[in-house]
Amino acid sequence: MSQTGASQAAQDCEPDRATRLQLYRKMLDVRLVEKRAYDLFMQNLIKGTSHLALGQEAIAAAFGVAMRKDDYSFCTYRGHAHTLVRGASMVGVLGELMGRECGLMAGKGGSMHLTSAEHGALGSYAIVGAHLPIAAGAAWSAQYRGTQQVAVCFFGDGTTNIGAFHEALNFAAVWKLPVVFVCENNLYMEYTPIGTVTAVQHPAADRAAAYALESIIVDGNDVDAVYAVAMRALARARAGEGPSLIEAKTYRHSGHSRADPGKYRPTPEIEAWMKRDPLPMYRQRLVSLSIPEAELAAIENDVRAQVDAATEAARNSRPPPVELAFTQLWADGGFAWRN
Amino acid sequence: MEELTYRDAVARGIAQEMARDERVVFLGEDVALAGGVFKATGGLLERFGPKRVRDTPIAEQAILGAAMGAAMTGLRPIAEIMFSDFLAVCWDIVANEMAKMRYMSNGQVTMPVVIRTANGAGARFGAQHSQSVENWAMMIPGLKVVAPATPADVIGLLAAAVRDPDPVLFFEHKSLYGTKGHVPVGELVDELGKAKVLRQGNDVTLVALAAMVPRALAAAERLASEHGVSATVVDVRSLVPLDTATLLREIAHTGRLVTIEENPRLCGWGAEIVSIAAHEIFYSLDGPALRITTPHLPLPSADNLEDAVLPTVNRIVKEIVETFD
Ligand SMILES: Cc1ncc(C[n+]2csc(CCOP(=O)(O)OP(=O)(O)O)c2C)c(N)n1
Ligand SMILES: [Mg+2]
Repeated sequence: MSQTGASQAAQDCEPDRATRLQLYRKMLDVRLVEKRAYDLFMQNLIKGTSHLALGQEAIAAAFGVAMRKDDYSFCTYRGHAHTLVRGASMVGVLGELMGRECGLMAGKGGSMHLTSAEHGALGSYAIVGAHLPIAAGAAWSAQYRGTQQVAVCFFGDGTTNIGAFHEALNFAAVWKLPVVFVCENNLYMEYTPIGTVTAVQHPAADRAAAYALESIIVDGNDVDAVYAVAMRALARARAGEGPSLIEAKTYRHSGHSRADPGKYRPTPEIEAWMKRDPLPMYRQRLVSLSIPEAELAAIENDVRAQVDAATEAARNSRPPPVELAFTQLWADGGFAWRN
Repeated sequence: MEELTYRDAVARGIAQEMARDERVVFLGEDVALAGGVFKATGGLLERFGPKRVRDTPIAEQAILGAAMGAAMTGLRPIAEIMFSDFLAVCWDIVANEMAKMRYMSNGQVTMPVVIRTANGAGARFGAQHSQSVENWAMMIPGLKVVAPATPADVIGLLAAAVRDPDPVLFFEHKSLYGTKGHVPVGELVDELGKAKVLRQGNDVTLVALAAMVPRALAAAERLASEHGVSATVVDVRSLVPLDTATLLREIAHTGRLVTIEENPRLCGWGAEIVSIAAHEIFYSLDGPALRITTPHLPLPSADNLEDAVLPTVNRIVKEIVETFD
């Protein structure tokens, strides 16, 4: 990454103690909500489909902590994590998954479309690649209005092979937009190993040069490392130095979606990555940094209690009133197409 | 009143809105320095500067994606898609993203974006640069669809589209760019969802859109002078929202409905109007409804071939007269 001005300043910022605890808590928020979502599926309380980020928590958590409150984020159908880390409530997320009135969108979007505009979480997109140009547009708007906001856009390795990725990267580079593109390379696009369908070894990083961007690869399971890269990219964007493209290597613990047991993955590969589970890895680091066990346990208990309370609240929430299906197509609140 | 071409009306409409509202920005391929491939956006770069009037790469998904992201975060972008045929390469952004974001988010997000595009045949451009695709947009819940036929309507409806809080597809007709019309001086703001009655008759109601409007008017003249048939002509102007009140009133008055559509046969907007009329004013109809369209074909290029498939004034008159035999 080019090191000029503001981005230099952020460069060596190792997270302090409080930041580290925040990172740990955010990873835990995601881990426990995702696990709960899985359980609720098994109880048939969540219908439809769902794409969990179990194993990939460090990336969302690091950005969630590094981003400014008024920054914008865009993510995919695998977006519970990215929505939670912006500050959306667990009740809102679980309620939406369960199709309840208390859901972030009162049941109108579902698992693949979590949105919390008040937290800058401007949507989860289920058409691969669509949100990259949209994130560029939000960045353009921030640049135009001079607000120093940054748009962060999360997507998978498979997304680097669709046209919208390349259109958005070139566009953002030419217009020097304050946008950070974050490729979470979990080695698979659905069931297909990414290497078998991609001409380069590192699907995002090896394409960066085509857009005059630095090639950035980070260990996506090391939350401190992702945090440092995030701070640099955000500072660069805020300083008017343009977009970044980050490739974070990671692994999903479960299958692609609810329907997928993930049987196509070799056991040694799974075992190697499970040893690099971002949560226990980070917990160990925190303990080795002399953070008392009791302090970590307190955070864990607190998050567990929050997830339990959110689950209860979501379970007790009503299904949305049927009339809601006929609202909010237009800004006037309705859906009329004729007089 | 002043006389203005349809082409110059586009630039005037955009300028009117940009001068009024700092949030209005304009982007597209060749729109700034070159003033547009149809020369419809000349002078805007000079007047409003490169921050607000921007040339883009050939990247339609990026153009519309950027417009959408900007619209969601406080701007009111006008994006140009050079030829409406090219909407096919960025249709995801239009149909899946812009159209659905507000609904899916239960109203958390507002999408004040206008997509302007050159639509329609008559320029002998062949099958990939001549289509009338307003029905593609009409069938997607969440999109408003407008197609002006006159310079005054270009300005007034463009202003209404820019001020509207929802996504609007604004179909300019490329064979109308050179036509002239009277335009009142000063600010012009029209209303979406209002059809215009251009001529009142007693025997038949011709419902037309965009370049078919002048042809419907010419056909009405000939129907009157050569065949003693007195025709009403309604310019639909806005497909979504659709002014069914005006349409049904005018159809009921003559008892006969003819739609004149440039699109290929299947699922044209006229089919929807015929179905609404059949359902809601059946007992006011005195005869079968007639849809005059381009046959279900891609558009050929040669002059005589293109003319053979588009609804011409001759064909409109002939088909209508036949229904009265
Ligand atoms: C345009 C499009 N094509 C295909 C799909 C089906 N699909 C959904 S997710 C997915 C895999 C995406 O892989 P990747 O970008 O690596 O993201 P991951 O699921 O691994 O997070 C596919 C093919 C889709 N939703 N959209
Ligand atoms: Mg993947």
